[in-house]
Amino acid sequence: MAAVESLPPGTPSAMRNAFGTVLSALILVLIGVLAFSIRLFSVIKYESVIHEFDPYFNYRVTQFLSKNGIYEFWNWFDDRTWYPLGRVIGGTVYPGLTLTAGTIWWVLNAINIPLSVETVCVFTAPVFSAFASWATYLLTKEVKGSGAGLAAAALLAMVPSYISRSVAGSYDNEAVAIFALIFTFYLYIKTLNTGSLFYATLNAIAYFYMVCSWGGYTFIINLIPMHVLLCIVTGRYSPRLYIAYAPLVVLGTLLAALVPVVGFNAVLTSEHFASFLVFIIIHVVALVYYIKGILTPKMFKVAVTLVVSIGLVVCLIVVAVLVALVASSPTGGWSGRSLSLLDPTYASKYIPIIASVSEHQPPTWPSYFMDINVLAFLVPAGIIACFSPLSDASSFVVLYIVMSVYFSGVMVRLMLVLAPAACIMSGIALSQAFDVFTGSIKYQLSSKSKDDAEDNTSTNNAQKDESSSGKTDKGEEVSKERSSKKGKKKEREPAEKPSVKSKIVKKKALVLPLEASIVALLLLIMLGAFYVIHCVWAAAEAYSAPSIVLTSQSHDGLHVFDDFRESYAWLSHNTDVDDKVASWWDYGYQTTAMANRTVIVDNNTWNNTHIATVGTAMSSPEKAAWEIFNSLDVKYVLVVFGGVIGYPSDDINKFLWMVRIGGGEFPHIKEADYLRDGQYRIDSEATPTMLNCLMYKLCYYRFVETDGKGYDRVRRTEIGKKHFKLTHFEEVFTSHHWMVRIYKLKPQKNRIRGRVKKLKQKTSSGVSSKSVKKNPWM
Amino acid sequence: MAARNWIFAVAVFLSLSTFSSAQDLQIVNAERRIDLSSHIVKAFLTLKVENIGKDPAADMLLAFPPTQIKNLAMVQALAVMGKKKKKNYLPLDVKPSEQPDAPNDAGYFLVSFATPLGPGETVTLEVLYILTHSLEPFPVEITQSESQLVYYRDSAVVLSPYRIKQQTTFFKTPSTRVESFTSVEPANRAGKEIKYGAYEDRAPYSYAPVIVHFENNSPFAVVEELVREIEISHWGSLQITENYRLTHGGARHKGVFSRVEYQSRRSISGSSSFNALLAVLPPRVNSVYYRDNIGNISTSHLRTGFKKSELEFEPRYPLFGGWKATFIIGYRVPLEDYLFEAPDGRRYLNFTFGCPLVETIVNKLTLKVVLPEGSKDPSAVLPFAVNQDLQVKYSYLDIVGRTVVVLQKDNVVPTHSVPFQVYYTFKPIYMLAEPLMLVSAFFFVFVTSLAYVHIDLNIVKK
Repeated sequence: MAAVESLPPGTPSAMRNAFGTVLSALILVLIGVLAFSIRLFSVIKYESVIHEFDPYFNYRVTQFLSKNGIYEFWNWFDDRTWYPLGRVIGGTVYPGLTLTAGTIWWVLNAINIPLSVETVCVFTAPVFSAFASWATYLLTKEVKGSGAGLAAAALLAMVPSYISRSVAGSYDNEAVAIFALIFTFYLYIKTLNTGSLFYATLNAIAYFYMVCSWGGYTFIINLIPMHVLLCIVTGRYSPRLYIAYAPLVVLGTLLAALVPVVGFNAVLTSEHFASFLVFIIIHVVALVYYIKGILTPKMFKVAVTLVVSIGLVVCLIVVAVLVALVASSPTGGWSGRSLSLLDPTYASKYIPIIASVSEHQPPTWPSYFMDINVLAFLVPAGIIACFSPLSDASSFVVLYIVMSVYFSGVMVRLMLVLAPAACIMSGIALSQAFDVFTGSIKYQLSSKSKDDAEDNTSTNNAQKDESSSGKTDKGEEVSKERSSKKGKKKEREPAEKPSVKSKIVKKKALVLPLEASIVALLLLIMLGAFYVIHCVWAAAEAYSAPSIVLTSQSHDGLHVFDDFRESYAWLSHNTDVDDKVASWWDYGYQTTAMANRTVIVDNNTWNNTHIATVGTAMSSPEKAAWEIFNSLDVKYVLVVFGGVIGYPSDDINKFLWMVRIGGGEFPHIKEADYLRDGQYRIDSEATPTMLNCLMYKLCYYRFVETDGKGYDRVRRTEIGKKHFKLTHFEEVFTSHHWMVRIYKLKPQKNRIRGRVKKLKQKTSSGVSSKSVKKNPWM
Repeated sequence: MAARNWIFAVAVFLSLSTFSSAQDLQIVNAERRIDLSSHIVKAFLTLKVENIGKDPAADMLLAFPPTQIKNLAMVQALAVMGKKKKKNYLPLDVKPSEQPDAPNDAGYFLVSFATPLGPGETVTLEVLYILTHSLEPFPVEITQSESQLVYYRDSAVVLSPYRIKQQTTFFKTPSTRVESFTSVEPANRAGKEIKYGAYEDRAPYSYAPVIVHFENNSPFAVVEELVREIEISHWGSLQITENYRLTHGGARHKGVFSRVEYQSRRSISGSSSFNALLAVLPPRVNSVYYRDNIGNISTSHLRTGFKKSELEFEPRYPLFGGWKATFIIGYRVPLEDYLFEAPDGRRYLNFTFGCPLVETIVNKLTLKVVLPEGSKDPSAVLPFAVNQDLQVKYSYLDIVGRTVVVLQKDNVVPTHSVPFQVYYTFKPIYMLAEPLMLVSAFFFVFVTSLAYVHIDLNIVKK
């Protein structure tokens, strides 16, 4: 391992160091190339295109930014979405990703490299994953030396969990946020290790970038206070800790409040309270240590009681104020997503719209294996390695992995936060294991060749072990600074040294036979190889599909299902530019971005009532649905139907969520009406409410004419109601494989004619109540 | 429509001062064949012209009614030389011409004879003229199951400033289904052909309006705007990017579009719609792509050949009347096939004008030839009149920008796909500018990092 030793230049080991630095720089460059290129499967297998749903919104915002400039962007009121409410984009979007890509685009165009905005957006994520792996290197290097750093960077470069969110085209906040997260942690650890205010300031700026990029910044602003608290509680308080934390809270909060979407939330919501609480505590502790330094032990005891009591009173007051503030808001000042993190059952009980998103579900065990693979087995070893010896930095990564394991267990989406932690841990574990095995092999070989020089080599080995086990010379410098804990340190050091020596002795005694350590090494390499194979497979097969283009391999070649873009293109060219299109919210972003048409609801689910209105319309009978849509000025209704080709994530499968969300706001929609004996079905056993609702009708209109039976290939059953006509809607477009069907609302009936009709009815049939009343008297 | 069977002749007083030569010529025999089988109307006119005056005539006039003159895409004339066996054709110069006393805003083209026509001599001319947007759908809106019917309006007799001794006109319709045609005796229909004539001895400016109402389901593919960009790279290739805005120019689609009918009853449903297009690309074409602004379109097929390559492709959805689609076709061809050196040392690009799509009308064609950075004195040579303009474009790492020759023409038909040339001067040393720039940039980066490593910026010595 290329541990840095401060030796005068010219000596062979200085040469070795220089060589090691160049080698690790080269390895880092290669890791960057690997991180970038493993994410290009989607471009090679499919095309250079934006993926999925949210990236389309980000892409659209970036287009707006590059066209209109930054000031227009902050003031952008988007009238193409959430009709008739609209949405203030500048104030409700995390601008980090957009500004990053916009800046890249601007710089490239300024030097006359005319890449399109789309190209820049597609490749932003892979570029930032290379950055993220370098940041991982830096972070792990601070914790356990550069060997572990390189291993962790290599692991992160291809961890499937991260690949799933950062393949080329997956232009989402997480793509840059993971880099920002790791880099913020690195700067925090760096500050903690050096006590430099320079790094503390950089740390605040990195935190600012993270706040700009992703709502997950609350993870940082809770994890770092927890670590600070842990350090204080375990008696590891130091001025470095203060430097690392206090500027971050002050500068970080000020900077965070500059981001429009966060604004005063940075001081008002419960997610941030932990940091302020710890901020107060660290000041109290700092004061205690300061007073302890200037007072005699006797006076100090008096002072302690005084300060502690005052501190307690202050704390109590603050806590009381906080409690009062928190209690005054209905959700306790927590946002729904945060609450569902603290109480995993919260969302499914109260907020169906959060529960309806698949990435907010708890993950299954196989998904852990899929997403972090062998890292899951290496993490415990890494945690053990972090405890020998435990430093401020290693305690941080231990805390990080513990917290992220919990969060990933709540929401599958947060697996992404776990991945870097798992990579760091596994990097440490791998590096330590390699260290031990190669060390023992080296020892064995040298002991075989030179039986006499056994003692020398063993001491050499011991030195190396010490240097490679995380104590870089900086770390040692740091330990000198710990003046406050001198007593403890002194106590510990003698205790440590014999243990190290005894370890060496033990090693000598327990030295594995050469063959055993070689086998162990080979097994480790095989484990690594298995990981690489799995990652490449995951990148190539599992996570590269752009989801707007589907492909299927059959005996007669590759089939491409490009229905989404077919219908979006149709909408954009053949409808009026101001027409409103209603669809379930999943397709909102894509419709605005690709078809450039106004939508009623989209993936930014900020207004539950509006979504519930669309859900209600979809679950209502045709007439009622027409009235709802007409009141919203909707001209076209778009449904996604997979029954012809067997595309499972279509609107019929999502339909129960529409019923639930609609029913949440409009009680006349009852989920039970759509279920037969608690079962959701669309065949002849289905309830009449189900068979008459708009969604059913729009999906299955004239479906029976395709094969004569109306066999739905997703639900694997014949549909319940086969022949029916639409009275208030007309089919205007159906894509090639029937995946997208677009209907137009028929215009309102002519009023005059309607009145005439009514009059006729009155005279002829006498149904109306007036005539019924009159008749007996006439 | 057939009931409106009337005829009138426009007798116009012509001042002899302006049309002194007009009365000196007469057309002995005129035969006109108008091909209505696609939406591009092609008229083949065979004229036998005789000089009955005393002076030799250097040119003659072709007249067109005002409704046709604005849709006239192209007029070509050939003189037939020699007798039956050894017939050969000599292209004649045709220019649009203004006549001050044109009756009813008629438009004229002036055909110059190869050799002046002496008194009493005759010459046979083959004239081809092409009309666009001349088929008017009626009914204007049709449903998916209906087929498309169109009107074609013309005259039963050839409009001419000269007396025509004998003439016939044939209309060729795409199918045997003809709803109606105006009868100007003698007129009759046989299969796909309607024959008007023969008419004897018509006065100058005779006009007999006729309307033919017939079925035409051929694809009315109209490119509203086409921007072709040809980028010359002296490193060995021509990159061509074509931006299409396509529309179906036929009867507008009305009401529902039912996929199930379109798929199961293809023969009768949506017969006027089209979903397959064919582009004829140069041979040795490579790196072909077909996409639109939301990504790649997967429905295309390329056949390369020695004489030409064919790209068969489908828009994202079938186009019904009035539906629009946009797409981009791009490809690359080797430079040596198209760039040559002129004897005077200049270089010239020899490429095909027009639209590569077969049987399409282009309402507005903009052709941009992007010359390499550092090119000078560009000039374009074309066989017909176009608007020319110069622009500057900045591409990869440009500093002074590339000169762009912009050629713009309205109403382009497939017959406009003829070679044109752009001449320019270029020093090969400019090719090295960008690589040298990159090299020096990297050199600078390394030197700076070298300097950074070796300079100690600390104020206090450690």
